[in-house]
Amino acid sequence: MGVRTWITSWPVYRQLTGEDPLGRGAAAKSPHSDRLTARVDTADEVVKSVCPYCAVGCGQNVYVQDGRVTQIEGDPDSPVSRGRLCPKGSASLQLTTGPAREQQVLYRRPYGTEWERLDLDTAMDMIADRTVAARRSGWQWEVDGVRTRRTLGVASLGGATLDNEENYLIKKLFTALGAVQVENQARV
Amino acid sequence: MAECHPVGFQWVMEAKARGATIVHVDPRFTRTSALADVHVPLRAGSDIAFLGGLINHVLRTGAYFRDYVVAYTNAPVILCEDFRDTEDLDGVFSGLDAAEGTYDKSSWQYAGMDVQAASGERDQQYHRRVSEAAGGETHGSGGPALGGKEPELDETLTHPRCVFQVLKRHYARYTPERVEEICGVPKELFQQVCELVTAHSGRERTTAFAYAVGWTQHTVGVQYIRAASVLQSLLGNIGRPGGGILALRGHASIQGSTDIPTLFNLLPGYIPMPHAHKQQDLDAFVRGEAPERGYWGNMRSYVVSLLKAYWGEAATLGNDFCFDHLPRLTGSHSTYETVRAQLDGVCRGYFLLGENPAVGSANAKMQRLGMAALDWLVVRDFSLIESATWWRDGPEIESGELRTEDIGTEVFFLPAAAHTEKDGSFTNTQRMLQWHHQAVDPPGDARSDLWFTYHLGLRIRARLAGSTDPMDRPVTDLTWDYPTHGRYAEPSAEAVLAEINGTDATGAPLSSYEQLADDGSTSCGCWIYCGVRADGVNQAARRRPGQEQSWVAPEWGWAWPANRRVLYNRASADPEGRPWSARKALVWWDADSGRWTGHDVPDFAAGKAPGHRPPRDATGPDALSGTDAFIMQADGRAWLYAPAGLTDGPLPTHYEPQESPFTNPLHGRQRNPVRHLLPPHPDDRYHPSGTEPGAGVFPYVATTYRLTEHHTAGGMSRWQPYLAELQPEFFCEVSPELAAERNLRHTGWATIVAARGVIEARVLITDRMAPLTVQGRVLHQVGLPYHWGPNGYSVGDAANELTHLVLDPNTHIQEAKAITCDIVPGRRPRGPAAVELVRSYRRRAGIDAGTGREV
Repeated sequence: MGVRTWITSWPVYRQLTGEDPLGRGAAAKSPHSDRLTARVDTADEVVKSVCPYCAVGCGQNVYVQDGRVTQIEGDPDSPVSRGRLCPKGSASLQLTTGPAREQQVLYRRPYGTEWERLDLDTAMDMIADRTVAARRSGWQWEVDGVRTRRTLGVASLGGATLDNEENYLIKKLFTALGAVQVENQARV
Repeated sequence: MAECHPVGFQWVMEAKARGATIVHVDPRFTRTSALADVHVPLRAGSDIAFLGGLINHVLRTGAYFRDYVVAYTNAPVILCEDFRDTEDLDGVFSGLDAAEGTYDKSSWQYAGMDVQAASGERDQQYHRRVSEAAGGETHGSGGPALGGKEPELDETLTHPRCVFQVLKRHYARYTPERVEEICGVPKELFQQVCELVTAHSGRERTTAFAYAVGWTQHTVGVQYIRAASVLQSLLGNIGRPGGGILALRGHASIQGSTDIPTLFNLLPGYIPMPHAHKQQDLDAFVRGEAPERGYWGNMRSYVVSLLKAYWGEAATLGNDFCFDHLPRLTGSHSTYETVRAQLDGVCRGYFLLGENPAVGSANAKMQRLGMAALDWLVVRDFSLIESATWWRDGPEIESGELRTEDIGTEVFFLPAAAHTEKDGSFTNTQRMLQWHHQAVDPPGDARSDLWFTYHLGLRIRARLAGSTDPMDRPVTDLTWDYPTHGRYAEPSAEAVLAEINGTDATGAPLSSYEQLADDGSTSCGCWIYCGVRADGVNQAARRRPGQEQSWVAPEWGWAWPANRRVLYNRASADPEGRPWSARKALVWWDADSGRWTGHDVPDFAAGKAPGHRPPRDATGPDALSGTDAFIMQADGRAWLYAPAGLTDGPLPTHYEPQESPFTNPLHGRQRNPVRHLLPPHPDDRYHPSGTEPGAGVFPYVATTYRLTEHHTAGGMSRWQPYLAELQPEFFCEVSPELAAERNLRHTGWATIVAARGVIEARVLITDRMAPLTVQGRVLHQVGLPYHWGPNGYSVGDAANELTHLVLDPNTHIQEAKAITCDIVPGRRPRGPAAVELVRSYRRRAGIDAGTGREV
């Protein structure tokens, strides 16, 4: 490195001579930081999304690289949020890709003391069997002589964190099953 | 709002920068208070007195917007002679059945007619409406004289039985002195709020109210919102820019899950679930539930189109469009009744779909005991939340009340897909649908709830295929065939949205609910969402950048109904269709084109002129005049007084919370006489109040709330290291005065006790929890953020161990925002000693099964 290169690479020199007199941009960069690029720069794809926490509905840009979500940021185009996210929305990447997410079906048998592994397909069949049976056990054609055509044998709770389309299918299926105890966080 | 909806709060700050004055009314000083012009600390559970005081101020000083009030509200309507107010009957309205704890609402009606509500408990009028109609038919008159009738009006607002005068008498005693006595808000501070609100209302200015569950979670929660509605209607602040009453909802699609309800009492689009009645067919149902005038007059079209979406070809005119396939209600089947059904062995299987009742619902112990009585439980979530693990590490295991080896509940934990792993729409707090696109496949066994529900349905239908049991017909007849894609056979969310939007007889997408028919020629899964896929285009996925649009930004997402951003915006113009003022223009009548126009999509029939008067025999929307701005209402007017739809009174009245250190100074009723009480249960006991013996055992008011860094019961935030670092554990907020009184040390431990349970929390001593002077006594309030449970990275006891199951009778929502408690220094006892401590408190307070249950 020549003396001139050494001097011009000195941050104070660049700060005094360049276009960054406050030293908050280019002047403050070291060769190392100059080589760094943002995760979002190399993303293969930016997918438009919405924050999953509260009901403000802030826009999110989801950055995908090599089939994985690499970053989630606020969407500056959104007239709701103008690119901002709160601490929760900013933690969406941990929510969606963090190690705390369970990725396997777990099963606790009656009176069991530990979780066991279960195949998803088997679990779905077992749940379907149990739904049919519990529906039948709690069936009421009528109550006090008045037609009710329903079951109190099965109930569901949850929906406010889900999509409209998911809520639609839940209500549709459970109503067809005759279940009336269908509820979500809007009640609590 | 700055705490819980921080990014939405930027618009409050924008308004402030443009000169708006921000008033924050909250027991606590929060981040919102820090940015507001005025903070008004008040006693939790006293808001109706506060709002009633504002209403009284507006009426007494003549600050109401008279032209608006006369034209657009029911202030001029004359009421039935039989109506008696709480002011006449020492705290109850006419019609109370003290034995049943319910009201007969017939005396609350308008004079000479029977008007139906646009929402709420519409079934309460079923018998009267259906039997009167049947009587009419018997007499060959073609039906009763319910429709086409105009309410009797006195536009001078002087008739002693007109709503305006009833309102004046009802609120006359809500004086600044009373407000101070009940709310603990000094007269001078209250006067300042009165002056701010009235100075910023009228032709040139508007005031908006924003609220959240601090208003809903009470035994009089609906009446809190009603009180704000009365005030805002009097001030002319509904349907106008910068006005309104804004519910700040707390989950990404909690509005959507109310619109397309996973709720027991509703079908999609706020169609009521049918209650059980003798010989109820579709006609009787519609006659019982639907008003004759306004857009609910078309309820039959909405219902038939829904039945066609559910049962398709099987739904025909000949079989009443499968109306009989719908299950019927008998009273409330809310989540809290479900817990009782679990304990009673009636409810055997339970699906938890992204909800964590083991710590997130009121009286968390009852929730866990209910789950321990189940045959099986399915939990779908991201992580092992408390509702999945209570059988091995819940508080009852620690206390010895339950033993893992004795619990027969079979538990399935199924990992859920995240929003980045599925297509779908959320409906935000301003009714706007926004589509999120799938970015990647979910990992491992994780699947969307769309996948789970669809594939569960396929499996159930396979098991019932060929069944001749009539019980199974609704399942075998169901339309349940959605295209799938990808390696997991994910159903198409877009196809489900298309079914929600609806189609005509040719299968083409509908563009408006005005197209829905009652003859089976249209299908529509949720009538208020009709148009979200107009022209076959996913309108919810529109993302024209905000900076390229007007301030209304109509091309970002899609708001129901019909992409209207401000409901009832016809009221932003005067009766002649001109904006009330230039600076508050939103929509107006354009006489040249003969249409309504403006910045927003007009919430009114586009070609209906202001001068239009309907023929006398008109029904449904056709019966609305050119000035009936409130188009969902049977009389086209905003209801200052609600003659129908509410279970607990036509006017908001202050009652004390279920548990209160004070007696009600207004009248002889301490609590809402018709609050929703479940049958007594040993684990859901209530405290004595006011001067009742034992009330002093629980001398403080506790209120629950959220923090910026966590989300609801913590399922989406306690497992995130960043958020756990920001808010690492449960704490309580107390004032320095209370800390001194109870010897609490900052960052030390406190034990908080109620008749339901005991918890411990780190102590945060702060001036933010200012003591108030109520009825001449000092009141201390304890703040309890409710995000915690024992699992995840950020841990602590659940505030819901303390809350009880006395509910609002309209919404069946629990009173988590104002309970009483005791607080003492130190950690709570462990094991059986914790249970014994709660029992000892009950004994000291003399609590038994009857405490706090009077009508």
